[in-house]
Amino acid sequence: MSGWFGNLVWGDIAVATRDTLVMLGASLALTIVLGVPLGVLLFLTDRGRLAERRWLNRAAGVVVNVLRSIPFVILLIVMIPLTLLLVGTSLGVAGAIPPLVVGAAPFYARLVEQALREIPRATIEAAQAMGATRWQIVTRALLPEALPGLVSGATVTAVALVSFTAMAGVVGAGGLGDLAIRYGYQRFQTDVMLVTVALLVALVQLLQWGGDALARRLDHR
Amino acid sequence: MIALERVSKTFPDGTLALDEVTLEVPRGAVFGVIGRSGAGKSTLLRLLNGLERASAGEVRVDGAALSALDAAGLRALRRRVGMIFQSFGLLANRTVAGNVALPLELADVPRAERDARVAALLARVGLADKAGAYPARLSGGQRQRVGIARALATRPDILLCDEATSALDPETTRSVLALLGELNRELGLTIVLITHELTVVRAICDEVAVIDRGRVVESGATDAVLGDARHAATLALLGEAA
Repeated sequence: MSGWFGNLVWGDIAVATRDTLVMLGASLALTIVLGVPLGVLLFLTDRGRLAERRWLNRAAGVVVNVLRSIPFVILLIVMIPLTLLLVGTSLGVAGAIPPLVVGAAPFYARLVEQALREIPRATIEAAQAMGATRWQIVTRALLPEALPGLVSGATVTAVALVSFTAMAGVVGAGGLGDLAIRYGYQRFQTDVMLVTVALLVALVQLLQWGGDALARRLDHR
Repeated sequence: MIALERVSKTFPDGTLALDEVTLEVPRGAVFGVIGRSGAGKSTLLRLLNGLERASAGEVRVDGAALSALDAAGLRALRRRVGMIFQSFGLLANRTVAGNVALPLELADVPRAERDARVAALLARVGLADKAGAYPARLSGGQRQRVGIARALATRPDILLCDEATSALDPETTRSVLALLGELNRELGLTIVLITHELTVVRAICDEVAVIDRGRVVESGATDAVLGDARHAATLALLGEAA
């Protein structure tokens, strides 16, 4: 052992960083793709809204709540059969993506719903009164008006996904969290722990800063 | 012409908002509906462009029964009936020009024609220099002018005004009402406005209907109704204004 930072293998750290970024990017993209329609569904089918369907709203709400209440570590394990079906493996970066998306999409859907609720009713009524179809109301009025909120929500979700990816090490997903646990914790290599945690902190900071800046730019209220 | 024939509206919670209302709004008139909050004015206005559906009776616009319209027919009607709102209903993340262009985009009007119409409308309401501004940067009176330009974009022959000046100060109210009066005369635009303010009715309305607890209690030419008020609801409104 050659003192402080003697355990560091920069190649491993680079691979782990890449794995974390791939898991984050892919799962965030899929989370948005699934979360936006789910959030729109929760919003539109709610009482007094454009497509009020009480039973559908309640059913979607229950699914979202159930998924949100399962701890991510448990979700990783119970999803293994489904993950195998979807991506052919329950291991590695690919194996981590389905549980990451299932864990994050319901959370993001709630944030989407929240952002849509902030739009004043008169704005929606005005679009209706112009002769907009329901689809046009969603695509031309609701989503563009909620865009800053959708970006803020995606930022919060991305930060949550970073900590989820760390847990995905349990299924051998790799990434910075996995490196921190296997080397930093289990092999008492404090220097590896410190560097990986510093990288995770930097990643979260960057995400938050970038997301906030973008949301501010888009918001003209 | 707009006609309501024994129109009632009951909401799912059992509230009777309108009780057998019969009214006629002549073409080209500025028609006021006045009453206290909760009297049913807002429901009445929303029946005229199908934002609410009558529970009983019939609403007719130029003879066409609204109850017979399917979704597409209703959207076509709404392009002929503009609407403006107390809280303006502007899209915060669209510019002034973008807001006025929206109804034209929804109707698939080609870009060049859209731009020309938006420019003409903004010039008409005195906001040509604000085309690129976002609504948050405008005063209340300017926002309502954008609302009016937007409501007129599809060249409707009817304009519905939902407490359109209630959020504005008296001076701004006067200038917005003056604009509405000009548009009524220049374009032959039929205007139906709801308000709880007698000054608005006096300033602009040819005819007025007083509504109280879901019923029209008095209606007719503005001077006649206000000059010879008989019903307690009308007298109460006059008393407040005095």
